Amino acid sequence: MSEVRISEADLQAYIDGRLAEQRRSAIAAELAKDPELTAQVEAYRAHSDALRAAFLPVLEEPVPVRLLDATRPRRRGSWAIAAALVCTLLGGVAGWAISEAYRPATEARRVEEPLPMRAAVAHAVYSPEVRHPVEVGADQEAHLVAWLSKRLGAPVRAPKLESVGYRLMGGRLLPGESGPVAHFMYQCEKGTRVTLYVRTEAPDHGETAFRYADEGNVRVFYWVDHTFGYALSSADISREQLYKVANAVYQQLNP
Amino acid sequence: MTDRDEVVALIPRLRRYARALVGDPGGADDLVQDTLERALGKFHLWKPGTDLRAWLFAVMHNVYVNQLRRRREMSAFDEETMEIPVRAAQEGALAARDLQRGLERLPADQLEVLLLVVLEDMSYQEVATALGVPIGTVMSRLSRARDKLRVAMEGTPPSTRLQVVK
Repeated sequence: MSEVRISEADLQAYIDGRLAEQRRSAIAAELAKDPELTAQVEAYRAHSDALRAAFLPVLEEPVPVRLLDATRPRRRGSWAIAAALVCTLLGGVAGWAISEAYRPATEARRVEEPLPMRAAVAHAVYSPEVRHPVEVGADQEAHLVAWLSKRLGAPVRAPKLESVGYRLMGGRLLPGESGPVAHFMYQCEKGTRVTLYVRTEAPDHGETAFRYADEGNVRVFYWVDHTFGYALSSADISREQLYKVANAVYQQLNP
Repeated sequence: MTDRDEVVALIPRLRRYARALVGDPGGADDLVQDTLERALGKFHLWKPGTDLRAWLFAVMHNVYVNQLRRRREMSAFDEETMEIPVRAAQEGALAARDLQRGLERLPADQLEVLLLVVLEDMSYQEVATALGVPIGTVMSRLSRARDKLRVAMEGTPPSTRLQVVK
């Protein structure tokens, strides 16, 4: 009987059922003489089966909407169309802000000024959403916060605003000027929404006081601490009411 | 079927692979999302008529390697990804927990090879192409992955029987 040399690659291919018949039967004949090697092969096959069985159910799960969205082109062209559409729908300065925001970045506009403007645009785009107001819902708050923290590279928090009548709906990741932005949405019982826009700031940025901006029909309170720039936006409540909410946010995030 | 439809049809397989690779479902979907976004941005690099699945898995490999690098740089955020990665295996002697523990102990490069071969049923050559390594490397990683998994699951010492001459 001829001697058969079983190489590492042979053994793996045998386990995976990828050998040509002649080689396969030669290896099988060798294995029959070697109980230890046979046990090894059987263990490996059992592990492969277990692995397949364990993850098979994932194939049956519905595909999350955010993954379907990720396959849709988001080039400037399609954004320009979306921006034009929103302009028509909303009119006024919100529309102007969108075209500004998607204009190629110019020197002067880059530092701090776009924070309230960008926050207002995000608010104008997402807060009217009925079906997809958020990407990840508040029912998965821990995941949402962990995910956004990971993407922003610093620990983000979603403040609790029940004390001022607002409940977290969830949030999403947005493209900012120079990187990812976290966007949280809150709703009160009457259905009025406020959004909190959080972006990372350059380390040397320092802190700024509480500031207020009118961006068309969107009111924005914004401030910068050492790590983040925050902007709280609403189109539906008064400046005084929004100030109350912004204060609650500020106190929680900057204790 | 448009290119986009083909990509969408492959999402469940990308998710399955990512789930086994990363562990927690949220983190796995993050990996898939990053992969799809990257693939979309580089779609002009895909040659129509070639294997789209292999290309997407190659993109995912690159995204994953970058993620690992970044994660090492900011390991403070690692705790939150520790959830229950594997749903219970339906029956049989092999407990899902042991399998999970075994997978967690594999180095990423060996785990990738094992998953592409076992879950995706890729040929060794396809795996080599997707990961950008020689086929010999694929074989040795596969062999080491299986040895380590067996040790983790059964406490059996690694085999010294490879390359035996009979």
